Amino acid sequence: MTAAVELLDVVKTYEGPPPVQALDGVTLRIEHGELAAVVGPSGSGKSTMLHVMGTLDRPTSGRVLIDGHEVSSLGDRRLSAVRSQLIGFVFQQFFLVDGATAIDNVANGLLYRGVAPAERRQRAAEALIAVGLGHRLTHLPNQLSGGERQRVAFARAIVNRPAIVLADEPTGNLDSNASDAILDLIRQLNEAGSTIVVITHDREVAGSLPRQIAVRDGRIDHDAATRVAAVER
Amino acid sequence: MTATAAGSGRRRTPERLGPSRLRPGDVVAVGASGLTTRKTRTVLSALGIALGIAAMVGVLGISESSRADLRDQITALGTNLLTVTPTGGFGGGDGALPAEAQAKVSRIGPVERVADVVELDVAVLRNDLVNENETGGITAMAAHLDLLTTLNGELAFGSWLTEASAAVPTVVLGSVAAERLGVIEVDQGMMLLIGGEWFTVIGVLEPFPLAPDLDRGALVGQPIAESLVVGAAAAETSSVDTSLEAPVGELSPSAIYLRTDPSQIDAVRGVLGSTVDPQSPDEVSISRPSELLEAQEATESAFTNLFLGLGAVSLLVGGVGIANVMVIAVIERRNEIGLRRALGATRPHIRRQFLTEALLLSALGGAAGVAIGVAVTALYAGSQGWRIVVPPLAMIGGFGAALAIGAVAGLYPAMRAAGLAPTEALRSS
Repeated sequence: MTAAVELLDVVKTYEGPPPVQALDGVTLRIEHGELAAVVGPSGSGKSTMLHVMGTLDRPTSGRVLIDGHEVSSLGDRRLSAVRSQLIGFVFQQFFLVDGATAIDNVANGLLYRGVAPAERRQRAAEALIAVGLGHRLTHLPNQLSGGERQRVAFARAIVNRPAIVLADEPTGNLDSNASDAILDLIRQLNEAGSTIVVITHDREVAGSLPRQIAVRDGRIDHDAATRVAAVER
Repeated sequence: MTATAAGSGRRRTPERLGPSRLRPGDVVAVGASGLTTRKTRTVLSALGIALGIAAMVGVLGISESSRADLRDQITALGTNLLTVTPTGGFGGGDGALPAEAQAKVSRIGPVERVADVVELDVAVLRNDLVNENETGGITAMAAHLDLLTTLNGELAFGSWLTEASAAVPTVVLGSVAAERLGVIEVDQGMMLLIGGEWFTVIGVLEPFPLAPDLDRGALVGQPIAESLVVGAAAAETSSVDTSLEAPVGELSPSAIYLRTDPSQIDAVRGVLGSTVDPQSPDEVSISRPSELLEAQEATESAFTNLFLGLGAVSLLVGGVGIANVMVIAVIERRNEIGLRRALGATRPHIRRQFLTEALLLSALGGAAGVAIGVAVTALYAGSQGWRIVVPPLAMIGGFGAALAIGAVAGLYPAMRAAGLAPTEALRSS
């Protein structure tokens, strides 16, 4: 049985001076269909964990498996292929293209898979409906609220049906109402089948999710799968 | 609300992943998106290239139009005209051609037409109140009746000399002479004082591009000229003994113009000296006036090269502008690059995107530049009354040069964009 993400004794050292040990032997397994929070203060190594899980960066040592694919030794070209097909990203700053409509922004999620434009737009529309923005398809980002923009970003992350969605501080730029709505959306997408890892410094956000992986000084401090029963299939 | 698009969390078995792919049409669309979202900057940096290309196309177009005009002129005037003049008496020569030269030249086989003029040493005055020394640079000349046809000359107005009018005091003025004497029409029977005798102006000529000396001439018939000279000689004989001078009534030509069979022009040239003056052929100077125009054409080419060089410099400046804009774009759009990498773009995809953007930018500038260059050529050529000639090679070359500049200017920024590590690119600014 393959996990969505598996880290085995992952070490990441940033060469100095002074050298920084950002990840110090992390072993972690996230199953398909799970919803987990990686939580920790800034400098704890959670961003590095996001980069390593997202194949944006390679570990110094240890193994990383995404959906069963060993990626720790892959070159840039193959890592790009892993990102285009297995991973969806959501960022704190949304990173939407200002000049493009919601549907075109979401369609960009399929741009580097060589999907034909008409099919991209078709699937983008479906993803936007899935995040509750069926009525905002042709709006530009600056015509949308912060919460709506983050919904567009989630639509872009799931349009490709990735093995895992990595959300980096998804509520960091939102007020508490919009924040709650996005957390609802995250739970909802998870219930519909998406595997989602939320990286956050916010203990309250983390506490509202079924599993919390607390990170400190590059190690896993504790891994509280409080509601394990909910994620087991 | 359902979330079917997210898939159903199905188990995946590890399989070989296909590579990231960006369709060719999407390469262009992605490259263009960077330009359409920053329109002002796009227009300004395209303008830099456009001006350089416009300068080059315009210079080539204008010089080619001017050259085409010159070539038309040369063709119209004919390249088979030869001019025979005395060498000016250097080395013991008398500075004159033998009086019978015109008749001799006309007997050379390939000579089609021949006409001579004789400068007359008499003053041309507007009236009898003008000081005799103030001739305004106008020369009285006795003209052969065939002069006009030999030179392909045109009358501005009035009429040319005929057998009849050549024997009576009538004069036809060259273009410059007419201007200096203020002759604007001939119907009023305007008179000029030439060598002490009143002549009626019967015609004014257009300029002779191949014989500009004649433009300052007051042309009279040869029969009446002989009587003028006889009169002047008679006046002089009364005080000075001129028995050693040439016989009275023989006029020595100051220039002979001839048209030859175009294929025989060099042969004619070869025998002309000894035909005109068998005793001293080296005192005869032979020229081919169309060569002057051809030399002018060559001179203009030299200027064209200079302007082309300036155009190339401005093109280079435009290229540096594009490189500059692209470098700034890469810095500004770090997050966009990071996002694209997160979405699965490979380094080559990013490189291709920025290279395409630079190429589109320069193609835009190149196309605009060619259009501006053609428009400038059309305007200038139109104002000069020339044919509008823009060499296709200039247009294709101009556009090609713009693309080449764009490719070179875009290469470094594109490499930089592609070289950016995804984690670095995603760092919030």
